Amino acid sequence: MTEAGGAPRHKTVEPWNDPGQSPYIQIAGVSKRFGAFVAVDNVSVDIFKGEFFALLGPSGCGKTTLLRMLAGFEEPSQGRIMLEGEDMSTVPPYQRPVNMMFQSYALFPHMTVESNIAFGLKQDRVPKDEIVRRVAEMIQLVQLDDFAKRKPHQLSGGQRQRVALARSLVKKPKMLLLDEPLGALDKKLREQTQFELMNIQEELGITFVIVTHDQEEAMTVSSRIAVMDHGRIIQVATPAEIYEYPNSRYVAEFIGDVNTLEGRITQLGTDFIEIKSAQAACRIRAGHGVEAPVGGAVWVAIRPEKLNISVTPPDDTSVNCMRGEVWDIGYLGNLSIYHVRLESGQMVTSCLTNQTRLVERAITWEDSVYLTWAPSSCVVLTG
Amino acid sequence: MADPQSNPVAYVSGRAATQGRVSGLHARFMLFAPYRWFHGMLSRTGLSSRTLVIMVPYLWLLMFFLAPFLIVLKISFSEVLIARPPYSALFEMVDDTYLQLRLNLENYLLLLEDDLYWKAYLSSIRIAAISTLITLLVGYPIAYAMARAPRQWRLTLLMAVILPFWTSFLIRVYAWIGILKKEGLMNLFLMKIGLIEQPLTLLNTDIAVFIGIVYSYLPFMVLPLYANLEKMDESLLEAASDLGCKPLKAFWKITLPLSIPGIVAGCFLVFIPAVGEFVIPDLLGGSDTLMIGKTLWAEFFNNRDWPLSSAVAVLLLLLLIVPIMIFQRVQQKQGGVG
Ligand SMILES: Nc1ncnc2c1ncn2[C@@H]1O[C@H](COP(=O)(O)OP(=O)(O)OP(=O)(O)O)[C@@H](O)[C@H]1O
Ligand SMILES: [Mg+2]
Repeated sequence: MTEAGGAPRHKTVEPWNDPGQSPYIQIAGVSKRFGAFVAVDNVSVDIFKGEFFALLGPSGCGKTTLLRMLAGFEEPSQGRIMLEGEDMSTVPPYQRPVNMMFQSYALFPHMTVESNIAFGLKQDRVPKDEIVRRVAEMIQLVQLDDFAKRKPHQLSGGQRQRVALARSLVKKPKMLLLDEPLGALDKKLREQTQFELMNIQEELGITFVIVTHDQEEAMTVSSRIAVMDHGRIIQVATPAEIYEYPNSRYVAEFIGDVNTLEGRITQLGTDFIEIKSAQAACRIRAGHGVEAPVGGAVWVAIRPEKLNISVTPPDDTSVNCMRGEVWDIGYLGNLSIYHVRLESGQMVTSCLTNQTRLVERAITWEDSVYLTWAPSSCVVLTG
Repeated sequence: MADPQSNPVAYVSGRAATQGRVSGLHARFMLFAPYRWFHGMLSRTGLSSRTLVIMVPYLWLLMFFLAPFLIVLKISFSEVLIARPPYSALFEMVDDTYLQLRLNLENYLLLLEDDLYWKAYLSSIRIAAISTLITLLVGYPIAYAMARAPRQWRLTLLMAVILPFWTSFLIRVYAWIGILKKEGLMNLFLMKIGLIEQPLTLLNTDIAVFIGIVYSYLPFMVLPLYANLEKMDESLLEAASDLGCKPLKAFWKITLPLSIPGIVAGCFLVFIPAVGEFVIPDLLGGSDTLMIGKTLWAEFFNNRDWPLSSAVAVLLLLLLIVPIMIFQRVQQKQGGVG
C-alpha cells in the first residue's frame, strides 16, 4: 500500500516496514480477563523505538487496560509483553524503564507541584542540583511557572493534567505511556502541547504510546495508529493509511466521516473491480483489489471530500455517478457539507472547500446534483 | 417570556440549595414541640428559621457541655463545707444591700503547690501518651489490613472491631485481671511455650494499665484510621511505583502522610479519654500508679471535697483543650492535608 493517493507523511522512517529492524516492544497474543469479561482480547502488535504509537478506540474498549499491562500494574491473563526482547512479566512497575501518565492524573495531594515532579527523580537518587534544574525545565515546558509551590487541589483541571505530564516526562523514560494526556486542555494549549510532545519525542528518542479519544490528535502526532474495538485491535497503520485504506467499515467509520454504499461485485478486472449498488443506483468502479468473489457483498467507502458535487451532469453518468437532491447544507467556514438524498433514499455527504464567498454559492437547497468520484479514491471493504 | 422565578429548572445555585436543605430540616424539626416553642420565641425576636436550625447543635453544646462545665467551674471556686451541698455559695447578700462574690482560689493554689497533683497530671499524660502510641502502632496495621481487604470482607471486619463494645466495659476490664494475674492465662501461656520459668508480675503494674487502655480504646484508633485509609486513591501508589518507588518506601512517602488526619483523629480519641481514665488504673494498676482520674475519685468520694475535685477537673480540661486548640490553629494555617 505505497502507491500514490496516500497523503505525504511527515516522517519517512518506517521501521515497521523494515525487516532488518527488531521491535522495541512486542505485545504477543496478550489478553486480559476480569472474571468472565474480556477487556483485552488477543492483542499482538510490535512497537518500534522512537515511535509515537496511538491507541484509538471508543470508551471501554480496553485502551487503559492495555496501557496498564505495559506499565506493569496488570498482569496479562495470556500472552507476553517484551521490552527490547526481554520478557517483562516478572518485572515490577518500579523497575520498568517506563513511565505512565494516568488518566486520573494520580497527583500526590500532599505535595506541591514541584515535589510531585521531583518525586521520580528522587527515587533514582539524582543529585539535588540536577533535580532542581530538571524540575525547573519541566515546569517551564508545561507553563506552570506561577504554580510551582501550589498543591494539586489548588489547580484547575488543565493545570493538573500538565503537572501529570511533567511528572511522567521528567525521568526521560525509555517508553512513555500517556493515557489521554491532553483531554482537559483548551484547543490552543493542546496544539501547543502536541507540538511539544512531538519535539520531546524527537529530541529524546523516547517511545511514546498514547491513548486518545481524539482522532485528530492521533492523526497529528502519531507515527502509527492502532484502532481498537471491544478489546481487539482492528487495524494498525500510519494515519494516512488508516484514513485512506481502512481495512473495515468499523475503521472507516471511526476515523473521519465516510459514505458507505452496499453492493455486489459484478466484475473482477486485473486492476479494477466493478460493483453494482442499489443504493447508489449506478455501477461503481474501484481501482483496488479486494479478496472477494464475483457476487460477493461488499461496501464501498468514499470520503465526503473525495465526492465531487455539481449541478451539471458528467460525460459518463453510468459509472461512479450518483444523482440526488440537496437536502441540507452545513456551513463550517472553510468547508461546506452537502447532505444529498439519493434517488434510492440513501443519504450521502459531500464536502467542498469554500474557495469563493458564500453569496456566490452555485449549489443550494433542493438542487438536483450529480456526485462523482475517481475509481482510485474509493475503498472496497468486505466487512 | 416566562417568569424566570417560575422556570422549571433542575439547577439551584449554591446558596439557594443550602437554604432549601435547611428549610427542609426546619420543616421536620417543627414536628417537635420544643423546637416549635423555640421557633415561636425566636420569630418574635426576628430571627429566621435558618439561624434556628444552625443554632440547634450550639444549643446542644450549650446545654450538655457548657452548662455543666460552668457549674463545675463555679464549685471549683467555692469552699468545702460539711453540709448539703458540700460547698459554699459564690454569691451572698451582705447587709441586705451588697451582693458579694466570694471567689475561693485556695483549691487552685493547692493544686499548684502540692506536687501530688502535678505528679498525677504528668503521670496521667505520660501513661495516656504511651498508651496512645502503642494503640497507634497496633491499630494502624489493623486499619490498613482492613482497608486493603477484599471489599466483601470489610463489613465483617468492621463488625469484628466494634463487637467488643457489645459487652460491658467493666466486665472486659475485669476479664483482664483473670488474664494478667500471677496464675492467669498470660503467665500460663508464656510458661507453657517456655518463654519464662517464673510467672511475671503483670497485674497492678503500669504495664497492665497500658494493656488495658490499648485494648479498650483500640476501636477508637482503628475506626478513624480505617475511614481515612479506605478512601485513599490506590492509583497514587501505582503512580509512585511507576516513578520507581518501592512499595515500602511508597508507604512512608504516600500512604502515611495522607493518613495523618486519621492518625490525628484516632490519637485524640484515645488520648483524651485515656488521660482522665479511672476504671482501668483502679482495677489493673498498682497502688503507685498515679492517675488524675484516681485522684479525682479520691477527692470526690473519699474526702468529699467537691470544690477541690472540681478544680482538678477544670485544670485537666484546660490542660487538654489548650494544646488541641493550638494544634487546630496550626493545621488550619497549613491549609490542611489531603
Ligand atoms: N479492574 C477491573 N475489573 C473489572 N473490569 C474492568 C476493570 N478494569 C477495567 N475493566 C473493564 O474493562 C473494559 C476496558 O476498560 P478500559 O479502562 O481499558 O477502557 P478504555 O478503553 O480506557 O476506556 P476510556 O476511553 O473510557 O478510558 C471496561 O469495560 C471496563 O469496565
Ligand atoms: Mg481509559
